[in-house]
Amino acid sequence: MEQSVSSILDTYQRDPTQLMDILIDIQSEAGYISDQAIEQAALGLNISKADVEQTRSFYHFFSKKPRGKYSIYLNTSVVACMMGRDTVARTFEHETGIPFNSVTRDGLIGLFETSCIGMSDQEPAAIINDRIFPNLTPFRAKELIRDIKAGKTMDELIVEGFGDGQNSNKDIRAIINNNIRKIGPVLSPDYKPGKVIREILPKMTPGQVIDEVKNSNLRGRGGAGFPTGMKWELCRQTESSEKYIFCNADEGEPGTFKDRVILTERPKLLLEGMVIAAYATGASHGILYMRHEYKYLKKYLENLIQGAHKRKFLGKDIAGIKGFDFDIRIQLGAGSYVCGEESALIESAEGKRGEPRDRPPFPVEKGYLNQPTVVNNVETFCAAVKVLLNGGNWYRSFGTKDSTGTKVLSISGDCRNPGIYEVEWGFSVNDMCEMAGADDLQAVQVGGPSGSLIGPGDFDRILCYADLSTGGSLILFNHTRDLLQDVVLNFTSFFIDESCGSCSTCRIMPVLLRNKLNKILNARGMNSDIVDMVNWAKVLKASRCGLGQTAANPIVSSILNFKHLYDQRIRGGTHYDMGFDLNRAIQEAGTATGRFPLME
Amino acid sequence: MGKVSTFTIDGVKCMAGEGSYIVDAARQNNIYIPTLCDVQGVPPKGACRTCTVRVNGKLMTSCTSRVHDGMEIENNVPELNDLRKSIIEMLFVEGNHLCPTCEKSGNCELQALAYRYAITVPRYPFLFPRRNIDFTHPRIIKDHNRCILCKRCIRVIKDKDGKNIFAFLNRGFKTRIYVDPDLAENLTEELAQKAVDICPVGAIIKRGQGFETPIGRRKYDKHPIGSELEE
Ligand SMILES: Cc1cc2nc3c(=O)[nH]c(=O)nc-3n(C[C@H](O)[C@H](O)[C@H](O)COP(=O)(O)O)c2cc1C
Ligand code: SF4
Ligand code: SF4
Repeated sequence: MEQSVSSILDTYQRDPTQLMDILIDIQSEAGYISDQAIEQAALGLNISKADVEQTRSFYHFFSKKPRGKYSIYLNTSVVACMMGRDTVARTFEHETGIPFNSVTRDGLIGLFETSCIGMSDQEPAAIINDRIFPNLTPFRAKELIRDIKAGKTMDELIVEGFGDGQNSNKDIRAIINNNIRKIGPVLSPDYKPGKVIREILPKMTPGQVIDEVKNSNLRGRGGAGFPTGMKWELCRQTESSEKYIFCNADEGEPGTFKDRVILTERPKLLLEGMVIAAYATGASHGILYMRHEYKYLKKYLENLIQGAHKRKFLGKDIAGIKGFDFDIRIQLGAGSYVCGEESALIESAEGKRGEPRDRPPFPVEKGYLNQPTVVNNVETFCAAVKVLLNGGNWYRSFGTKDSTGTKVLSISGDCRNPGIYEVEWGFSVNDMCEMAGADDLQAVQVGGPSGSLIGPGDFDRILCYADLSTGGSLILFNHTRDLLQDVVLNFTSFFIDESCGSCSTCRIMPVLLRNKLNKILNARGMNSDIVDMVNWAKVLKASRCGLGQTAANPIVSSILNFKHLYDQRIRGGTHYDMGFDLNRAIQEAGTATGRFPLME
Repeated sequence: MGKVSTFTIDGVKCMAGEGSYIVDAARQNNIYIPTLCDVQGVPPKGACRTCTVRVNGKLMTSCTSRVHDGMEIENNVPELNDLRKSIIEMLFVEGNHLCPTCEKSGNCELQALAYRYAITVPRYPFLFPRRNIDFTHPRIIKDHNRCILCKRCIRVIKDKDGKNIFAFLNRGFKTRIYVDPDLAENLTEELAQKAVDICPVGAIIKRGQGFETPIGRRKYDKHPIGSELEE
């Protein structure tokens, strides 16, 4: 290992801002990051061990202990659990003889849990050595462990056929399906890659490109909905010799998977969008930050980037425009939802912990390496290409006045047709449920855990920035689901696991709220607990980033819309909370001694 | 000094150098905004959120936000004071703070703020986390029970080459301070003292040293925190 750490360091020119890549390579080569490797990395990069450890310990996929020759990461998301994750988990445990969070004694198999992996339309799913195994059943889990023990290779573990579309491409070879159910103007295959770069950009000034995007009213598709044209303009206006375009492909919001499908099926559209943004802002470097869960797409995308260089869509004097130079590299994450927040994304790409920055200054002024940086979602770049191709007026003919164009939705949960749907903004929840083949629903989670949980009374509301804003995640629940136990508790735990921990509020409050929720779920709650939760949650609004600010949304929105579920679980009539149950507390001692105090 | 900005805090007209942070600007106008993680002159990190103020209905941390002309800042209002109080209470329940036995008692900023906000019992249940005390370093003892993760030590204490000695380990509720064993081994007496002094609570203490100043004569015993500005 000593040898290989040293050569890994050389691969990245011993540059501490490349610490993420260095740790990813060490982890994947050795299966863990040992103290010795940390020491060697610190020495080689001329930073302290503390500096290496703070990055290493932040990310879920970096470990200090071996994680097994075959490391199985089973998804724990709400949808995975709904689709039978727990029986699959018990099967894995039974067949390996170990509990989760451990490795078999022979070091062969490790079992671990992980947050949503972007496969909600084919859960339960697991990642085994960077490859995805969707649609698991107890039978399949048994088979996998049997095959691993029999010494089969990763390739031999795959017995299903490869998935549809590019999933069977020789550079991907994944069992995953795209499940594209509805195509609209952005995803439309009627598109010739490179046309905008070659035929349209040379005829426009950067200012005109920005004006066209502004005219389209395109707003960011990553969730926050910031006007894209304005973002590009702000970056353009900041003077600097180096500027950067980041594509946010971190897609960590549970229930979202549309960016994965775009990366698989429309990657050229995305790359073209990044080139357009570079032209508009004057940036010369692009970084596609992709979550580690999608590592199986890396080789495929890298080959496409190379191909784009060959066709002169990337590189020097692109499309013959003198001085327009732009390249793109891929940066992998290592298992952290908060890294999807744009400033955390930048910190992570600089080799640091994914802690969001205090803003202002915003990335358009001071972003990657303190240079002006545009961060946009995968889908935003794709939409921008179509805007330039067909014009802002054309784009505005779709959607509503304040939310123009279309949105790619990721629909999962209790419906017959989970998958990707591109719809115009202004679509109602009712129409959406019908389209996905869902009836008799109890609730819909709109916009992932940070969004809201709504009941049938709200199903006539529409998807748009002014009403139900969404980054695209829609999870459907029928009447068999226990919303508080299976949904609200799971989401709250998700925020606890994924908080970066730097704000006092976001680090502590969700834990206090979860304790309260558990108290109610354990039938010990009282009305005052519900009131407390709503009041206490307010302090989260003082958190630095969206994660903390929305971490109580699952609890607060379920109290707002499903109060009866709470009321059913609390002890009515009592106003005084003893804090604990004396009988229960002395149960064990009483049983052991055979003596119980006399109580009324 | 460059240009001056005019702004108001709770309706009181104030002036400060353009682009100064709100906390510093307030201080120059003898207005106290409580802080825990802030260190004057060191790049801020907005970790504790105690200094949260409201501008145009938006909450922002005054240690990281800069004043500009015409800004109307809300500071000493019931809603924000309760927010701050609840943050202090959260910090108490997050760790294990046994003030009577703590070396920092009386000099502790967390304790002083608790007095300022008249906290008797926090509204939140104590979490009683299991945390350890790290005695492996020659000059300092790191008591994780008392750490409020304000990052002051990380931001201020560096070795002679500018490397980090203290760092965050893990994330979320599992976050704690990591002390670089090699660099701590070679910590100078002076730097060790600086680390002890910079820590707002008693989470970094000097090895082999107990109480120097008797109770009653410590920093906040006679003059409540913030009073130096308000008198
Ligand atoms: C906790 C958190 C996670 C986020 N995750 C993502 C993500 O996975 N993908 C994304 O595009 N935006 C994400 N965002 C939003 C980004 O901060 C940012 O607004 C977005 O990438 C900007 O691109 P857009 O304007 O094209 O939407 C996240 C925000 C927060 C607060
Ligand atoms: S709100 Fe939470 S995730 Fe965001 S910066 Fe603060 S601690 Fe980190
Ligand atoms: S040790 Fe002290 S200075 Fe360092 S983070 Fe903890 S409380 Fe802050």
